[in-house]
Amino acid sequence: MESSSRPLSPHLQVYRLHLTMVISGLHRITGLCMVIGLFLLSYWYVALALGGDRYASLQWLFGSALGQIALFGWTFCLFFHLCNGIRHFFFDAGIGTEHATARVSGTAVAFASGLLTVLAWLAAYMLQGGA
Amino acid sequence: MGLRTPIARVRGLGASRDGMGHWWAQRLSAVALVPLSLWFVASVAALAGDGRGAMIAWIAQPWVAGLHVMFIAALFYHAQLGVQVVVEDYVPGDFARVATLICVKFVSALLAIISILAVVRVATGG
Repeated sequence: MESSSRPLSPHLQVYRLHLTMVISGLHRITGLCMVIGLFLLSYWYVALALGGDRYASLQWLFGSALGQIALFGWTFCLFFHLCNGIRHFFFDAGIGTEHATARVSGTAVAFASGLLTVLAWLAAYMLQGGA
Repeated sequence: MGLRTPIARVRGLGASRDGMGHWWAQRLSAVALVPLSLWFVASVAALAGDGRGAMIAWIAQPWVAGLHVMFIAALFYHAQLGVQVVVEDYVPGDFARVATLICVKFVSALLAIISILAVVRVATGG
């Protein structure tokens, strides 16, 4: 197997970029982005329990421009991963695996996750003037 | 070695050696995370401006603390299952792959335990 001379299967670069490929890749990328956030989530729970400067500095961090951008990014990651995850539940049930249907549902996932992100942030700002 | 492929490999576990286990665990934790993650984000966003006291008073309620523990458990379990697939896809070499997987499993378990202990501490008023 080590030095097989059999032809290798073509990899990504050979294919024209399809929407379904992009959606699939984004599912993994958004998941990994949220994994980075898990370290901060864990620290948030610890800071909440211990109090003191830790929680105050976390609040400052999340309130800063960089923190807000990161939170906005994670919101999108969550909605995208969530919507596409639900799309995958249908695939698992054998529903919507045809190419045309998968393309339509993939487009729907992209639009829905973008819209939900904007709506969530609008709601947060209107309710209390900042999240 | 017989002439036939061992039927256990074909029918039971396949190339991953754990059969349907990983797939099922990933879906099960995903189903839990659909409501739990939405609940977490909406609640925390609504309370974020009110300071630590309000957040603690909310989490200290037993049912809220219970949901947080459930959320943390499902979240870190789901996350390490996902990272496992990425590692299996992109880390070449058996030793490096297994070593990375062990690190991923241990770190995610540790973070989950720390987070749950923090919730318990808030819930018990420590």
